[in-house]
Amino acid sequence: MMHASALAFYVLSAVLLVSGLLAVTTRRIFRSAIWLLFALVSIAGLYFWMDLEFLAAVQIIIYVGGIVVLIIFSIFLTQQAGTLLPRPPAGRVLFSLLSSLLGFVLTFRLILLYPFQEHPRLSPDISVSAIGTQMLDSSRQGFLLPFELISILLLAAMIGCIVIAMKTHPDP
Amino acid sequence: MSEIPLTHILFVSTALFFIGLYGLLSRRNLITMLMAIELILNSVNINFLAFNRYLHPDQLHGVFFSLFIITIAAAEAAVAIAVIINLYRTHQSIDVEDAGEMKF
Repeated sequence: MMHASALAFYVLSAVLLVSGLLAVTTRRIFRSAIWLLFALVSIAGLYFWMDLEFLAAVQIIIYVGGIVVLIIFSIFLTQQAGTLLPRPPAGRVLFSLLSSLLGFVLTFRLILLYPFQEHPRLSPDISVSAIGTQMLDSSRQGFLLPFELISILLLAAMIGCIVIAMKTHPDP
Repeated sequence: MSEIPLTHILFVSTALFFIGLYGLLSRRNLITMLMAIELILNSVNINFLAFNRYLHPDQLHGVFFSLFIITIAAAEAAVAIAVIINLYRTHQSIDVEDAGEMKF
């Protein structure tokens, strides 16, 4: 008799892998974006399953609410409706498939050989307040410096996006 | 959660990584390549969180790494889409084979 949470993990993983596979193989680009959406939502489900509610919320807000919407916008801006993507040549498909499969087998074999020391669960404190306290802590355990760096990176990316996508008027 | 061994989660994240790699190698449309990169980054996030929860459950470092990766992925997607739209404006196409002026 399989436990309900184990069943939830396998169902979420199956949905994740199938929708990820369809996202990279379908020839309709809009459907590809929708399959990516399903994959990202099931990853958020995996985070919920690991009791990481904050990460799951961040995943849904940023990926599903931000990145996928951005991708769909850019599909509408750059693709003609109803056209299929060209079928990749058979040689490229063969070599991509071969390298992915070989890489997967090699990596997963290494994972199986490695002796992981799994610890019993120690009732960790992963509440939002614990994450926030450690994030803005300036002691050795804190992440204040990366936090500040990443805020500057976001500002730079924002200004860079505006500059790149701005319409340049030709000189009169 | 504890009845699932760590290797099952690692199987899922490894499979997702190589699905993304397959998409990145086989497609030539910039938007679909960007989606494949998002899948790869997400599989890395699953790894960080699974290692955090299974190997060091008393710490939070995996959570922070995942948060920073999500932030950088958002910035990367925004910049990539700005580049894609600019490329479409100049080439009327977002196929990587059509943008070869700076090759060689």
